[in-house]
Amino acid sequence: MPWQKIFEQTRGDFFLVLPEAMLIFFGLAILLSDFLLTKPQKFWNALTAMLGVVFSGGSLYMLRAYAAAPYGPTPGFYNSIMVDPFFIFFGFLFLASTALVILISVRYMEIEDEQHGEYYALMLFATVGMMFLACGNDLVVLFLGLETMALSFYVLSGFLRRDRRSNEAAMKYMLMGAFSSGILAYGFSILYGLAGSTNLTKIEVAISQRPAHDLLTFLALGTVAAGIFFKIAGVPFHQWAPDVYEGAPTAITAFVSGASKAASFALLLRLFLTVFWPVNLDWVRIMEAVGVLSLTVGTLAAITQTNIKRLLAYSSIAQVGYILLGFVAAVNPDGTLHERGLQAMAFYLFVYVFFNTGAFAVVILLRRKGIIGDEIDDLNGLIERSPGAAVLMLIFLLSLAGIPPTAGFVAKLLIFWALIETHHTVLAVLGVLYILPAVYYYFRMVAAMWVRESSDKVQPVISWAQKFALGAMVSVTLAAGMFPEQFLRLATYSILTPFGQ
Amino acid sequence: MLFSDSHILSTILFTPLIGAILMLFIPRERADLHRWMGNLFGFLGLLVSLPLIWRFQSGPGAPQFQFVENASWIPSIGAHFTLGIDGLSFLMVMLTTVLGAIAILSSWSAIHKREKEYYILLLLLQTGMLGVFMSLDFVLFYVFWEVMLVPMYFLIGVWGSERRLYAAIKFFLYTLAGSVLMLLAILAIYYYRNTFDVRAILEHPFTTQAGWLQKWLFWGFFFAFAIKVPMFPFHTWLPDAHTEAPTAGSVILAGVLLKMGTYGFLRFSVPMFPDATVKYRGIVIVLSLIGIIYGALVCMMQKDMKKLIAYSSVSHMGFCTLGIFVLTPLGLSGSIIQQINHGISTGALFLLVGVLYERRHTRLISEFGGLSTPMPNFAAVYLIITLSSLGMPLLNGFIGELTILRGVFEVSRQWAAWGVFGVILGAAYLLWLYQRVMFGSVTNPANEHLPDLNAREYVTLIPLVVLAFWIGIYPAPLFKVVEQPVRRLVECVHPGYYADWHTPGEKAAAESGATSPAAIPAGAQAEVK
Repeated sequence: MPWQKIFEQTRGDFFLVLPEAMLIFFGLAILLSDFLLTKPQKFWNALTAMLGVVFSGGSLYMLRAYAAAPYGPTPGFYNSIMVDPFFIFFGFLFLASTALVILISVRYMEIEDEQHGEYYALMLFATVGMMFLACGNDLVVLFLGLETMALSFYVLSGFLRRDRRSNEAAMKYMLMGAFSSGILAYGFSILYGLAGSTNLTKIEVAISQRPAHDLLTFLALGTVAAGIFFKIAGVPFHQWAPDVYEGAPTAITAFVSGASKAASFALLLRLFLTVFWPVNLDWVRIMEAVGVLSLTVGTLAAITQTNIKRLLAYSSIAQVGYILLGFVAAVNPDGTLHERGLQAMAFYLFVYVFFNTGAFAVVILLRRKGIIGDEIDDLNGLIERSPGAAVLMLIFLLSLAGIPPTAGFVAKLLIFWALIETHHTVLAVLGVLYILPAVYYYFRMVAAMWVRESSDKVQPVISWAQKFALGAMVSVTLAAGMFPEQFLRLATYSILTPFGQ
Repeated sequence: MLFSDSHILSTILFTPLIGAILMLFIPRERADLHRWMGNLFGFLGLLVSLPLIWRFQSGPGAPQFQFVENASWIPSIGAHFTLGIDGLSFLMVMLTTVLGAIAILSSWSAIHKREKEYYILLLLLQTGMLGVFMSLDFVLFYVFWEVMLVPMYFLIGVWGSERRLYAAIKFFLYTLAGSVLMLLAILAIYYYRNTFDVRAILEHPFTTQAGWLQKWLFWGFFFAFAIKVPMFPFHTWLPDAHTEAPTAGSVILAGVLLKMGTYGFLRFSVPMFPDATVKYRGIVIVLSLIGIIYGALVCMMQKDMKKLIAYSSVSHMGFCTLGIFVLTPLGLSGSIIQQINHGISTGALFLLVGVLYERRHTRLISEFGGLSTPMPNFAAVYLIITLSSLGMPLLNGFIGELTILRGVFEVSRQWAAWGVFGVILGAAYLLWLYQRVMFGSVTNPANEHLPDLNAREYVTLIPLVVLAFWIGIYPAPLFKVVEQPVRRLVECVHPGYYADWHTPGEKAAAESGATSPAAIPAGAQAEVK
């Protein structure tokens, strides 16, 4: 066990950030080696990025021993980061998402004729930001993580320089993102003012000693929540999402709607389960309101869309609503932590990244020279042109809608279950009823693929990387739907972190 | 010991699924091979289910659930893979395998596009339906219950007629609306009982002691099943779905899918929430009676044969729910037998319409007339099935309707009178349909040289005709199979029903005034009035 020996001997804090360091190292390596590559060789960038993800994953796997009891959780860098099961779980989720997006990007960027090394380097840097969001235990680390992620995404969503929609997306994303980061930073500054420290543990202590109805604490809670709702595109902070999703390169859309959302949820959970946990305010009501609004607006707006990416954007707003309802169900009526709610959220986020990326991956398959392929009509007759792609899309859409035997069903089942156990029956009824319009709009795509005839008979070409990624995504979607035991254990592992105490 | 001996239910359940998976690997161009494979596995599915007939024990000493298989599935949430059948599900399983094989065979020359997907979906549907009838775990049951919607959506949506997309999504959304509420009810059951095991809940049902909870749970389940049956006023998906579906789809829909609703009432609603059932049965019975009369009246006005048969299903299934909710032994056993009968006769009627549709590509009644001249054999089979459907003695429909009406009569003469009125209307529309299509001279020259039934069509129809005669002449084996399940249901709703029946005073009262429902507890009596 040479690795463990190194850990044992050095025990340096540096090794706690080894996963992030690996990503940075390989990201920089891509930037350097990109100069040496001619255009046909550009796929090496993707390979290097994959290598970075693999090494990062390996070091994360090694860290696992220091995360959970009896050795963990391990704080590092003067308690500014925290390596705990929560971090390990989300770290793996981000890496898996990054790997999938890299795999589906290669051919897509070739068709777009934008094979630059920066694309992959920025993706790795975005992942670094996400990982710091999941492990940060200090306001500065969290904010830097968020900005690293967001800045990378601003550039990535405008990566198709010659496409006006992409430029518009980048501009909108950046303006809205900067705005929301400002609000978040304002909330952070109030927290710092209250506690005199940026460390979450110290802030938690300070806040629990504030008077019961403290305006400053409420203000901090409100601004921080608003900033995070912007990032996860919860209604009423969602307006940027459809435009950005539509304009950004499709692979990046998948990344933004999957991993970046999961990272922002990690931030939300970390802050609300530690710092804001003792706040004497029924902040669950806020989650409830935003959750229900997201469900409603996302579902109703998706019905009328004709563009697949916009439709999936609104659908992902609705999915955010479901996940937030899971957060509502994470708090018992008596104010204690309800673990099934957290488990449901973790499971939902995990599988969501897979089937959501899967749906976007099929949209990528429709892209070819001269055809953008992101309108619902572009799906017409897909079953004749590429039966495999049509079946895969069906499975991903069923999972998004929550029909068994897919992962989406188990995820929604857990959310409703937790809601019922915490006596939120009305929310549960609302949640299940919104499945009906969701089925309606998802099945507009299914009907296009399976029933409508297509005028164009061109068969989509699927590269081996895409095949591999699609295979992985569909396996997880079906396996977590039919045999969810292992995935549930994974989700349970993530909440071993002693939250809410 | 063979795997198939100790795991007979798994074998039956997964045979169609294995067929579907195998067919995934056959290239799409080999349409004939897909046809053969589909039929092979449809028939195989029937074959492996046959041993149930002699291995199933129906005596008083037999265990309630037989061939039980139990395996751990999702320990974290307490869901198990539990299969098992009692007399009720035994009949449903047999109905499914028989009609499934026939439906697959009936598609041989009707389906000319995308054969691969068609047969795969039919086989998946078959597994889904069998799973619904076999599951003894709520999560497993719910998974099968919903899984089966997807293949049916495609069968209607891809291979249906003109308005198929509308009909398919309507079917999907209607049934889903009911089932998602059922999901919440299932989760609530777990919250209060800490188990998903159907058998455990059956042993300790939710009675009045559970207070408001049992009422909510009853209605939570009610909508799922009422939409599936479909009960008036939740029936509007059915005419569209039946009319647009391809022949095999209609056969399966009418023959098996609708039975899931009544099966759900019998398996879950009645025995798990007996007090709520007694409390609300008035509402359900009135809805059933409206369904019987309304469905029959609407049938009179139809121009489309398939739509007519679809509405006749609303009427006939009304009898089944009526029989269930009068909650007497005769009503319940009649209802179960009538469900089987409905599967046989309506399934056969759809097959017959399919035969005509394949020849003429229309289903309008006005296009036909005098068909008995060019197609005498077809007319003969059609007559038998029509008579079976309208309840002619010596055929199966009579047995079911008579038993149900006797059961209803014990409780309320008024209800029975409305029911009988429905039977008369049923005879009217079915015979009128027969008259318009078969009798007289051939009015439309296109019909003059229609070929009569071919060998394959005989193979699909003859088994159903034989079954219709068998149940009509000698239904005793069926009554024996359903006796124990019915007994349990009645005991559950009216504890001590059979014991009371055997005390001398009660018995005398029951014998002298046959109409007096003396054995029903006073509370239930009050509810009736």
